[in-house]
Formats: sequence, structure tokens, C-alpha cells
Amino acid sequence: MTSTMRAAIAAIAFAIAAPAALAQGSTEKGIEAYRQALQDGNPAELWEARGEDLWKKRTGPKNASLEKCDLGLGPGVVKGAYAQMPRHFADADRVMDLETRLVWCRVNLQGMSEADAKRGPFGGPDRKSDIEALVAWITSESKGVTMAVSLDHPKMRENFELGKAIFFFRGGPHDFACATCHGEDGKRIRLQDLPNLTAKSGAQKGYTTWPAYRVSQGELRTFQWRLNDCFRQQRFPELEFGSPASIALTTFLAYNANGAAFAAPAIKR
Amino acid sequence: MNRQMMIGLAGTVAIVVAGCAAMQTGPTDPAIEAKAVEMMKTSFKDKGQAKLARLNQDETQHLCSVWGGKEMPKDVAEKIERANLALIKWPADGKLVGDWKQGEKIAQEGRGMQYSDSPTGPVGANCYACHQLSKQEVSYGTMGPSLHNFAKIRGYTEETRRYAWSKVWNAQAFSACTNMPRFGHNGILSEQQVRDVVALLVDPASPVNQ
Ligand code: HEC
Ligand code: HEC
Repeated sequence: MTSTMRAAIAAIAFAIAAPAALAQGSTEKGIEAYRQALQDGNPAELWEARGEDLWKKRTGPKNASLEKCDLGLGPGVVKGAYAQMPRHFADADRVMDLETRLVWCRVNLQGMSEADAKRGPFGGPDRKSDIEALVAWITSESKGVTMAVSLDHPKMRENFELGKAIFFFRGGPHDFACATCHGEDGKRIRLQDLPNLTAKSGAQKGYTTWPAYRVSQGELRTFQWRLNDCFRQQRFPELEFGSPASIALTTFLAYNANGAAFAAPAIKR
Repeated sequence: MNRQMMIGLAGTVAIVVAGCAAMQTGPTDPAIEAKAVEMMKTSFKDKGQAKLARLNQDETQHLCSVWGGKEMPKDVAEKIERANLALIKWPADGKLVGDWKQGEKIAQEGRGMQYSDSPTGPVGANCYACHQLSKQEVSYGTMGPSLHNFAKIRGYTEETRRYAWSKVWNAQAFSACTNMPRFGHNGILSEQQVRDVVALLVDPASPVNQ
């Protein structure tokens, strides 16, 4: 990490720690400017490089790589694949998002147990997540590609409808749903802008910029992580990694983002 | 039919279909709703204080969910408001107004009830997440209206105090499916905490009314 980048990160940390001291507009603009500056050297590249190595590495009981994993465009085709996910996979006869598909390939190609294939979906300071690295690399191969999620398959159509119902599902002590915080244009929680994920432009902005390197956490975070953490704020119990509800919600949001150029891995505060 | 006409017709059909999707009227299809609820119950696990039971909806939550993102009929909204109005609990000692300084702390506090929060507290209301209150605090959200000068504008009356209490206790008594949590009704805040937050809104000395 360069020293300019470190200085920029420190400046963001300051801007976030001391919002009351700054006028709101300038805080937001400041953060946006730092984001731009960081865009040239997004640390997500470190995850991408590790992910590419992991994709090619032989491992597991079958000592196989993931190079024959079919992400929907044919075995081993990575370029542009993420822009069409989630999708229905005939071999498994179900709808999968990228993370779920990776687990499936690790089980079926590399011979891992389901539990091993799912282990450590989110990294921390003391352990790196292979899934986050793989997702970083695979998604980077769709950068600039137009989002084109298809609902032609009946199971995709159904997942979309289920995802929508889950998006509006209110519960818990706060009566919150995703829609509470992401259902209207131009709203803020404290100083944080909230994208309206039910509108095309909001969904495009909020969906196509994940996964993202989180400056505040020093980690690359996947869309599964984003959902997991928003459900925490919603005061719900913990969303299980790769669970049916997570795939349905992702289907709903990814489809709403259709037509936008995929723009991740991005960098966020 | 020539090619051009066919394209034109296909375009019209697409517009009509898209139009229908946008104007969706009725509540969520009950079959989809049932399946979504079933799906959620297998997709979460207990963590810390956040147990699976939090996915069990009351009637208000259920109605607000199936009508989410659609125009709710007036009679359904009125039913929700009537039911919630009847659920408001008034303090046994009749004392509605506490200490605004404590109220300000509660309004600032964002922690509480997440599985990552300590089960022994603190539990705040994070009013500033959604509202402007005092002028000094510039880090406020815009999901709700500004409450600056709340009682100065409405008058320092018993009616204002009673409205503040009931709104914080059960926001849906006045606006069905509002995004505002039902702090008293759902047990987020204790009776004393509600009293202190009410003081923040209605005490003439509170920064909200400066
Ligand atoms: C209590 C408020 C709240 C709820 C409820 C909530 N979110 Fe969020 N969400 C946020 C906040 C705040 C952010 C910005 C977080 C940040 O930058 O750290 C965010 C960010 C996001 C983003 C990324 C947007 C971007 O531009 O980076 C997505 C996507 C998202 N939420 C989806 C959801 C979904 C789906 C749900 C329901 C499962 C949900 N949220 C529920 C508050 C919430
Ligand atoms: C998650 C968002 C959210 C939070 C947190 C929240 N509110 Fe609200 N509040 C709203 C919204 C949205 C409205 C407007 C719709 C309505 O009247 O319910 C509102 C309306 C109100 C009103 C009615 C204003 C009027 O002029 O009639 C009062 C009073 C109020 N809130 C007080 C509070 C207090 C005090 C807290 C903290 C204890 C709080 N709110 C927390 C979202 C929120």
C-alpha cells in the first residue's frame, strides 16, 4: 500500500469519526473524492490476484483445480459470467448465485465436503477467506460488462418474486424490512446515503459496486456479506451463507440492476 | 404481417406488460408470501440475542409486508391504525415527561438489539438516524421529518405531550406502516426511556426547542 493511499484512508477515517465537525455536503464530497483517488490503486487487486491463483490451484480430495467450473457460460468461462448471475443451473436444477456455485464446484470438481467448501466465507484479521478471493477475481472479469440477468427460466422468475417478498418482509423488534432503508429515493440514515434498491438507478448503483474493498475493515467484502450485515442492522437473526433466501434476494436485486455496466470490485468507506 | 409491424407490436406488448408490473395493485400473492416465509425460516439461524422467533410476524407486520411497495387500500390502513392505537400503554403514574438530558443520550444511541450488541445493553432509539432534532447535531438522517422546534411549534400543551408519548410508543397508531419503529409497543425502550425521549421533544429547555 502506498503512503498516499494510507494518508487518504486516514483522512476518510477522520471524516467518518468526526462527522459532526464537518458540514454534511462537504463530508460526502470529501469521501467521494478520496474514493476517486483510491480507485487507481484499489487494494481489491490483492484479493483478485489470490483468487486467480486459487482458481488454478489443484486441491481437495480429487486434487483438481476449478478451471472446469461452469459459471453458466460453459466450463472454465469466467469472462462476463458474473453479469448473468444468479442463474438457473441445469446440472443442479436450481438457482445459484456466484458463491453458491463456487461451493458446488468445490464439492463436485474438487471432492470437498459441503462443510469444507463453505468454510470461512468472510475473512478476518487472522484468517483470509478463499471464497472472498475467488469472488474478487471472478467478478473482476465482468468489469464493464452489462448486467443481463434472465428470468426466462420459471425457477428464476419464482426466485425473483420470492426475493421481492423477502425485500418487503417486516419483522423483528424494529419492524424493519430491506425496504425500510432502501425503498425511497434520496434518503439518509445519519449521514449515510441509502440507495433506493427498488428503483433502477438505485439498484444499479447499489448492486454493481459489490464486491467492494471496505476501507474501514481492510477487507474485501462480497454481496453475501453485504446481505448478512444489513440483516444484522435489521435486527434479524443471522442470514446463513448461501441460504435460499440470500439467493432469492440477490436474484431480485441483480435483475433490478440489469442494463448497468458491472463496476466491481469497488472501494467503499 | 410485415417485419416492421411485428416489431412495433412486440414493442407495444412489452410496454403494456411493463406498465402492468409498475402499477401492481393487490397484495403479494399469498402462495408466494407463504413460500417466502417458509424460505426465510430455513435461511437464518439464532445468533446472540437475535433468535429465529423474530421472524414471526404480528398482524401489522404481515399486512405492511404484503402491501409493501404498493398502494394500500384506505380501509386496511385504518384497520392497522385502530389496532395499534388500542395497544398504546399509558404510564401508571400518569407521568409523561422525564429528563431531556437522558432523552438526548437515548436519541443518540445506535446500539441495541442487534446480535452483535451486548444483550445487557445499552439499548438506544437512534432517533437521529432518521430525524433532525437539536440544531447542534448535524449528523442526522432524513428518513423522517425534522423534529426541530417540535413543541415550540405545536405548543407546550398536554395534547402535544400525549401525542409525543403515543407516537414514540406506537408510531403506527397514526400512520400505518410508517418506517418508524414502535419503540414502546415492541419493547425496544422501557417506560422510563420513553418518558425521557418525550422530554427531549416537549421540554421548553430541551435543545430540540431552541
Ligand atoms: C436499518 C437500516 C438498514 C436496513 C434494514 C437494511 N440496510 Fe442495506 N444498507 C444500510 C446502510 C446504512 C448501508 C450503507 C452501509 C455502508 O456504507 O456501510 C446499506 C447498504 C446496502 C447496500 C450497498 C449499497 C451501496 O451502494 O454500496 C445494499 C445492496 C443493501 N444495503 C441491501 C440491503 C438489503 C437487501 C436489505 C435487507 C436484507 C437491507 N439492505 C437492509 C442500512 C440498512
Ligand atoms: C427508522 C426511522 C425512524 C426512527 C429510528 C425514528 N423515527 Fe420518528 N418518524 C419516522 C418517519 C418515517 C416519520 C414520518 C411518518 C410518521 O409520521 O410515522 C416519523 C415521524 C415522527 C414523529 C411525528 C412527527 C409529526 O410531526 O407528526 C415524531 C414525534 C417522531 N417521529 C419522533 C421520533 C423519536 C422521538 C424517535 C426516537 C425515539 C424516532 N422518531 C425514531 C422514522 C423514524
